[in-house]
Amino acid sequence: MKKIYSVLVENRSGVLSKVAGLFSRRSFNIDSLAVGETEDRAVSCMTIVSSGDDRTLEQIEKQLNKKIDVIKIKTYNSEQSVSRELMLIKVKYNKSNRREIMENVDAMKADIVDMSENLMMIQICDTPERAQMMIKLLSGISIVEIARTGTLALPKCEEKI
Amino acid sequence: MNGADAMVKCLKAEGVEAIFGYSGVAIDPFWQAMKDSGIESVLVRTEQNAGHAASGYARISKKVGVCAVTSGPGALNLLTGIATAYADSIPLVCITGQVHSSLIGSDVFQEVDVTGAAESFVKYSYLIKDVSDIPRVIKEAFFIASTGRKGPVLIDVPQDIQEASIMDFNYPEGDPVMRTYKPTVKGHIVQIRKVARELEKAKKPLICVGGGIHLSQAEPKFRQFVEKHKIPVVSTMMGIGVLPTAHPMYFGMVGNNGFLSANKAMKECDLLIMFGARVADRAVSDPDLTLDGKIVVHIDVDPAEIGKNVGPAIPIVGDADHIIEDFLEIDFKDNHADWLDTLNSYRTLKAERKLDGEHFVDPAEFVHRLSTAMKENAIYVADVGQNQIFSCQNCVVREGEFMTSGGMGTMGYSIPAALGAKRADRSLQVVAVCGDGSFQMSMMELAMIHQWKLPIKIVVMRNNYLGLVREHQHYAYKDNYNMVDLGGEPNLERLSSAYDIKYIRAENMKDIDERIKEFLEKDEAALMEIMVDPYATVK
Repeated sequence: MKKIYSVLVENRSGVLSKVAGLFSRRSFNIDSLAVGETEDRAVSCMTIVSSGDDRTLEQIEKQLNKKIDVIKIKTYNSEQSVSRELMLIKVKYNKSNRREIMENVDAMKADIVDMSENLMMIQICDTPERAQMMIKLLSGISIVEIARTGTLALPKCEEKI
Repeated sequence: MNGADAMVKCLKAEGVEAIFGYSGVAIDPFWQAMKDSGIESVLVRTEQNAGHAASGYARISKKVGVCAVTSGPGALNLLTGIATAYADSIPLVCITGQVHSSLIGSDVFQEVDVTGAAESFVKYSYLIKDVSDIPRVIKEAFFIASTGRKGPVLIDVPQDIQEASIMDFNYPEGDPVMRTYKPTVKGHIVQIRKVARELEKAKKPLICVGGGIHLSQAEPKFRQFVEKHKIPVVSTMMGIGVLPTAHPMYFGMVGNNGFLSANKAMKECDLLIMFGARVADRAVSDPDLTLDGKIVVHIDVDPAEIGKNVGPAIPIVGDADHIIEDFLEIDFKDNHADWLDTLNSYRTLKAERKLDGEHFVDPAEFVHRLSTAMKENAIYVADVGQNQIFSCQNCVVREGEFMTSGGMGTMGYSIPAALGAKRADRSLQVVAVCGDGSFQMSMMELAMIHQWKLPIKIVVMRNNYLGLVREHQHYAYKDNYNMVDLGGEPNLERLSSAYDIKYIRAENMKDIDERIKEFLEKDEAALMEIMVDPYATVK
């Protein structure tokens, strides 16, 4: 099972390593991790996606709650939230595949954000599943490098958590 | 006033009267400020023991134990002491010196990232970067260490911060306000009533107590509660002494080294209340299987312990003392007289055991006689190894306390912890019982006995082996012994005389009571060496 944890933490030095250390020390998985400030500069939000059995997922929340730098935790699954991931993909292209790549970019509602004679950079901002699909579509041509943010998520507006 | 003066002022405001530690340049401003402060600076002989001594002090004084050491190797040596305290939830404030803050990260002499190294076994840690933070940090550290699930808090203070001048020193009063730390104290009353109803229904109720009862000082109320409702009690290793061992409601320690009567009670009960115990592997192996078919209630101050190893039917989060107080106010009838008869019939069950008392001292019988001869309120500190298991199984605890390193199993714990306990209350008789392996891990602390006037009693069970591992190799590797032979041991009589400590030796059980009497008489330091069969086993 997968679960998304929105962890509000004190924006202090060392907090990221404390939280990440907790995951490694207790053999919890981190599928993805994204960190950024919130509207309050003293507070950061860590969005962590983890997977495991029910007992592990519950322990993650309880152990996070024990960390004194953790202010609040919200947990939800993908149905209860809107999740997005931003990904940049640089690919090598040539005359013969250029058209196909651009069609795929269109079909996926992605953008071409930079281009040179034989390289182009594609940006996709979508659900983690569709970002993965984009990689799959491009896997037939040569991908030079990829950067992705990891999952960001917020609970749906109507969902009470 | 500089940062170090401010630290000392804060510690005085917290009521600290002794600090165990070691010196070094990075912590020297602090020790300078400590001189003539009225707080005693107790020098240990290696930093690990500063942690253990502070732990022994905390367990007896019921206050936060404090230790302070230097940066780099000093801080690293202390880590074992910190982890040992963390595993047993002992409240400590550990202060480490750190290199100049401008040099942090450049790998200068005696620099180590101690807050990073200790992260997974401290309750919280601070690296002070601004001298004006000192009062707030120390206030929070004592609050965090001593509330909720207790534990060690580490404060790393760079040397320049200790030397920096501080304006407007002001020590905050009352509990600090921390938006992220609010430990649960009161148990949920609806849950407590639910448990009372289960106790009323249960035919075979049982309470398994752990160290949490000691930590919340709930022993008197707990005793009152089980006497009122005649509920049988077993304990984990950390829960030994919650009830006197001869109490009619006490049926012994559970677990792989526990009593048959206690383990049978665990197996057969229909309602099990784990009270201040974390369902650890040594107490309850394979919890899902062992606890299947029972109603399990888990009471713990740490919500993360509930459901970690076993999914309880009724969880209660809160401080033991408060929860028992609530239990005492609820009226319910109990109905399990037959169960008590059954359990009492199990008392006579003891594993067949033949220990040689003619050619050697029988360690099991010795622990029984020693603890019986000790004062009613004496402190018995068991080390780690076979000595610990013999102690747990045979120590008679009355109004005193039984201490040991339960969670971490740190060899060498008993002597420094006993010294800390004696420092907490010099009127108490304190006896450390160790093996010849664990003794040699902390024998350097014999020096503390005279320097700090801490006359403790030390028993060394000598079998010339690392006995518990030898026993393991006997069973698991068919006597293929390696790394367990303690050949080359010091002559303890001459060692004792070097430290001017009374020495007593017992070769066998003949006149053993006389030897014990000689060992315990007078409030003076004594070391008793007992010769134990090298091939004796705890099982």
